[in-house]
Amino acid sequence: MPVQERRIILKHIDQPGYTIDIDCYLKHGGYETLKKALKLPPAQIKDEVKKSQLRGRGGAGFSCGMKWGFIDPSKTQKPIYLICNADESDPGTFKDRQIIHKDPHQLLEGMIISCFANSVKLAYIYIRGEFPIGARILEKALAEARAKNFLGKNILGSGYDLEIYVHRGAGAYICGEETGLIESLEGKRPYPRIKPPYFPAVLGLYMAPTIVNNVETLCNVLHVVEMGSEAFAKIGRPNNTGTRILCVSGDVNKPGYHEFECGVITMGELINDICGGIRNGNKLKAVIPGGSSAKVLRAESKFKMKQKGPDGNMTEKEIGLLDIPLDFDSLAAVGSMAGSGGIIVMDHTRDMVESMANLSEFYAHESCGQCTPCREGSLWMKKILTRMTHGKARKEDTALLKNVADNIAGRTICAFGEACAWPVQGFIANFKEEFEAKATKR
Amino acid sequence: MSGHSINPCNHDIFPPEAPLVNVQVDGEWVQVPKGMNLIEVARRHGKFIPHYCYHPKLQVVGNCRMCLIEMGTPKMSPERKPIIGADGKPEINWMPRPQIACASQASEGLGIRTDSPLTQECRKAVMEFLLINHPLDCPICDQAGECKLQEFSSEYGTGTSRFVEQKVHKPKHQDLGARIVLDDERCILCSRCVRFARDVVKDDVLGFVNRGSYNTLTSHPDKKFDNDYSLNTVDICPVGALTSKDFRFKMRVWFLKETETICTGCATGCNVTVGSREDVVYRLTPRGNEEVNSDWMCDFGRLDFHDLGDSRRISQPQSRAGAEHFSVPWQDVFLQIGQRLAGFKPGEVALIGSARMTNEELYLFKKLAEDLKIELFDIIPREWPGDSFLKSKDKNPNSAGAKLVKFSSGGSVLPKIKEGIESGRIRGLISFHEDATAIGLSRAALEKLSLLIAASILPNDTTTVSHFILPSGGFAEKRGSMVNAKGRLQRLHKAVNPPGSMEDWEIINSLRKAAGSQQNFSSFEEVFKSLSADVPLLAGLNLGKIGDKGVQLDLSKA
Repeated sequence: MPVQERRIILKHIDQPGYTIDIDCYLKHGGYETLKKALKLPPAQIKDEVKKSQLRGRGGAGFSCGMKWGFIDPSKTQKPIYLICNADESDPGTFKDRQIIHKDPHQLLEGMIISCFANSVKLAYIYIRGEFPIGARILEKALAEARAKNFLGKNILGSGYDLEIYVHRGAGAYICGEETGLIESLEGKRPYPRIKPPYFPAVLGLYMAPTIVNNVETLCNVLHVVEMGSEAFAKIGRPNNTGTRILCVSGDVNKPGYHEFECGVITMGELINDICGGIRNGNKLKAVIPGGSSAKVLRAESKFKMKQKGPDGNMTEKEIGLLDIPLDFDSLAAVGSMAGSGGIIVMDHTRDMVESMANLSEFYAHESCGQCTPCREGSLWMKKILTRMTHGKARKEDTALLKNVADNIAGRTICAFGEACAWPVQGFIANFKEEFEAKATKR
Repeated sequence: MSGHSINPCNHDIFPPEAPLVNVQVDGEWVQVPKGMNLIEVARRHGKFIPHYCYHPKLQVVGNCRMCLIEMGTPKMSPERKPIIGADGKPEINWMPRPQIACASQASEGLGIRTDSPLTQECRKAVMEFLLINHPLDCPICDQAGECKLQEFSSEYGTGTSRFVEQKVHKPKHQDLGARIVLDDERCILCSRCVRFARDVVKDDVLGFVNRGSYNTLTSHPDKKFDNDYSLNTVDICPVGALTSKDFRFKMRVWFLKETETICTGCATGCNVTVGSREDVVYRLTPRGNEEVNSDWMCDFGRLDFHDLGDSRRISQPQSRAGAEHFSVPWQDVFLQIGQRLAGFKPGEVALIGSARMTNEELYLFKKLAEDLKIELFDIIPREWPGDSFLKSKDKNPNSAGAKLVKFSSGGSVLPKIKEGIESGRIRGLISFHEDATAIGLSRAALEKLSLLIAASILPNDTTTVSHFILPSGGFAEKRGSMVNAKGRLQRLHKAVNPPGSMEDWEIINSLRKAAGSQQNFSSFEEVFKSLSADVPLLAGLNLGKIGDKGVQLDLSKA
């Protein structure tokens, strides 16, 4: 019996007859949680979110409750802003667009509750420029919500005012980096800010305290409030609570997106039971488990994982790729990350150097160019890899490539440095022989 | 005007009362102001952390990554108290990731390693990254010799390149504005110029276009980078991307002799360094002085030295015979002038001096007036719009000094001089560094004079009709002092020799001798000594005390 999906966020999405109209949303119990939330003290909602152990769904998996906890509305004279990061651009990740395109009010309700909890009076949805339809859908949903007084002045007679605006990006991946996003929202070039001192919680949008949350995270807030933190924390695993939308792409028979409780499904179950196995009966070669910047995992690799037994003792177990439970901590334990939930499956026909060259082209194209290592290194890696795939690899290229990546990771302004270096490090660590073979085959 | 009021940031200036914290720099504990960034912390304690984008007067952006260092915070006990080591100082928890020094601030118990293996490795990597797409055209680059890429390559880089790919090509010799040429391939995208334009001079016309390695510095498509402070970006550009149209390709910088002096373009008296070689001035660059100009100067002042090398330059003393001027040796000129002056009664001669002259020259000029019992003497005021940044409304650099030595009446005597000459009562005029026609005198009126002596750098309407022309010196050709609009007494140093080989103070000293004065100074120091004895506000001062950055006078007590 394959593991069953647990559709909380995707509950209505793709259901026959379910539309994006507010009436449909209301028919399905929409905005009831908001009504409930508006009667609660904001601090209590924040507390609930903290207790739920909800972790951010954007990629870093940072505790949402802790992020909110950095801001104390009673201790700031400045306005507090909330920004929904809808700049979903990670190759291999396509979950937020499902929510935006198919259930926009769910996002708005989660967002309004989050704003209320944090005393936010003005919030933005920063949506990537490549989602024009999504932006139109959100605009329409906002108008509908405004007409029904779920937004605007004195929401539902609660005395709480909130306005939300949609802002479209202009087509740069770096705008998904929260401080780059903030700069872009301010009308500037999206150069990520240095942290310290520009932590969004302190000096965010217009130098005011700012919360930046991913689309899926904000939807989860809705469900935390709806079911209560205790019930939410029971979903998934400790420290990996709730569900996760997994986006499977690549060489499987049935690519798609699926929602599971965190850590309840393994990689093997997802690939074989849910996604119909590897295409054409091919052999699994590798998986990138959390969006393109996560380190690649090799099919034959064995991973040592510490597990807490029922008796509370830690035991170390050796597992294969297919046995890895899909949650934040397990994927981190095997040296990769759950990231943004994009799972890219590669079969034995894939040339790993070609694949890496393809990825590196993306990163070279998307580096904002602000800081030296990433600006120069991302294009250098792309050029080396492109040359390697064109029959001009040299013996020393693999080591050079690895060293360039090492010189980027950990030395840049934002996490894009890691995003472009980790794949290279991961590919070389796992498939060194393929890289080296390029030099001997010439 | 001071650094505090003109810069958006002054990372290098901390008030003396700022609280101190203990910071460990390469194993040694030092006390530094709390919150000071680590580049400045290191600098104060004899360590240099290399950097490109950081500038003490500009917003910190942390983009070059050259200042990555190892940093650690105090180890904390479970009770959140710092753990104290055997030396009585906090133990340090070193972070595994390097941190940028420019954006990290001194706090109690912080430790930094400015030269550890990790730090060295980071620098080496950044140097390599910066050079892979750099054109490496040092042989023809104006920045060569004072280029941070060269310096840090030699200090922290490697001798070989691992880069075998095609370099990125970008626009060359771009016209960024009236005075600046941009080479985008040399640019390391540190954004110093962008921040200077935006934050210091509020002329936000520079920026980057494109993305990643293709990032390109440019000016706004409809606006040139033409403000009157634009050339400061050439100074702060750490590489050869921004070059001055005036200076480029003129002289290799390592041949330049550097002389610290002040700009005489207006009454601000910006501190400058004159770059010269073999008695030719090639450029002026601002010299840091927080009490005057911080690190900046205006483009007008910077380029206001070309008179010195003008081909029309008056280089020899001349006397007129008929309509023609002939070169005459100095001693003959003074002899002839002495003889001619003897034929005048007191009241028949007037002096026009200039507030472009030094205190010492004006002091001697005043003495000359006394020698000849001349009552009509003054300077010619000179005003321009100025601005709210560095340019003073008073275009004369030493109006305050001219008043201090009591030569200047602010121009109020000029109408009397004019009237006296026109009426024929005044038959003799000595004019220094000014064109007497500027006070409204016609050439015909000047031609009526029995004796007209003009000291000037370039020919003008007055020299043309004068009986004697004296080759005077420009600001870079003399020693002396001036007092700026804010009452700051500052020194001029001689960068190059005047073409006439006599400094202006010596010329006036010799004129006095020719006029029969008994007082005779044999050295410049003597003049200043006498000056400081005669002017109460200068009492107790000597040239050494004025120093490189000047001293503040209280002009209200003059």
